[in-house]
Amino acid sequence: MSAELLIFYILATGAAGSAALMLLPTTGKNPIHSALLLIVSLFCLAGLYALLSAHLLTALQIIVYAGAIMVLFTFVIMLLNLTPADIHPPKLTLTKLVAGIVALFVFGKLLTALTVASAGARSVDLSDPIYAQYGTIKTVGRMLYTSFMIPFELASVLLLVAAVGAVALAKKSLKYVDAPVPPPAKLTRLAHPPHADGPDVGHGQDAGHH
Amino acid sequence: MTTIPLGHLLILGAVLFTIGLVGVMTRRNVLILLMSVELMLNAVNLTLVAFSRYHGWTEGHVLAFFIIAVAAAEAAVGLAMVLAVFRLKGSVWIDDLKLLKR
Repeated sequence: MSAELLIFYILATGAAGSAALMLLPTTGKNPIHSALLLIVSLFCLAGLYALLSAHLLTALQIIVYAGAIMVLFTFVIMLLNLTPADIHPPKLTLTKLVAGIVALFVFGKLLTALTVASAGARSVDLSDPIYAQYGTIKTVGRMLYTSFMIPFELASVLLLVAAVGAVALAKKSLKYVDAPVPPPAKLTRLAHPPHADGPDVGHGQDAGHH
Repeated sequence: MTTIPLGHLLILGAVLFTIGLVGVMTRRNVLILLMSVELMLNAVNLTLVAFSRYHGWTEGHVLAFFIIAVAAAEAAVGLAMVLAVFRLKGSVWIDDLKLLKR
């Protein structure tokens, strides 16, 4: 077994193992544990990208995923400050049984499709001079700014829209967030003819609200 | 020439994708649900990188780059929505989010 294959097996076990642990009811009960296990999984995937000579993607995986997305996740988890009462263990229901069957079916289909796709595949030789720049920042960057120029610009628009949307969604001063249940006092008073003491009660409630 | 068989890489991608799919379908915590979606996107990225390594094409890396950009946008908006929903409902359980069911 070559060293490359050995590293692959270690990283693959790390990636798949921590991903599975993330979802198990015992280890994945607390969202913060799930987030940390997912970070381990993403780091293992970064190692696999390095093994496959995808230099730019290795850096991006660590910077964007482990450095930005997962930090966002952990921040939100800590911000929500869930108490142990909020974390109840998942129960095995009919939905989960069906989900398991669907997942097995999808996995089987994926395996057959990937077996066909990988049959007789021989990798190109990266020591060949024409692949000397394979996967480097220079190559991928040049491609992004020439043949993929328009999608690249659209991606920047997408990120801008997402950033603005995230700020707008998470803002506190949205009206329906501040007052989720509108006070029904006025509506009921209009629907029913007022009693003799109706206006007094209404004024008292208004004063209590303000 | 890499000594890792393409099939191994693709099976790892399929395993990660299925784990993410199981997470999306079975877990009831919105945060873990979003993490599972990230895992599925990563599995697809791994498959793309494996194929582009075997064929010597850099286009796969560009596509994976765009997937990372979309994943970042999705995570930002998704977590903002989780925050807004938590403020409204006081819960991150998708069983509690059934406003449209009534």
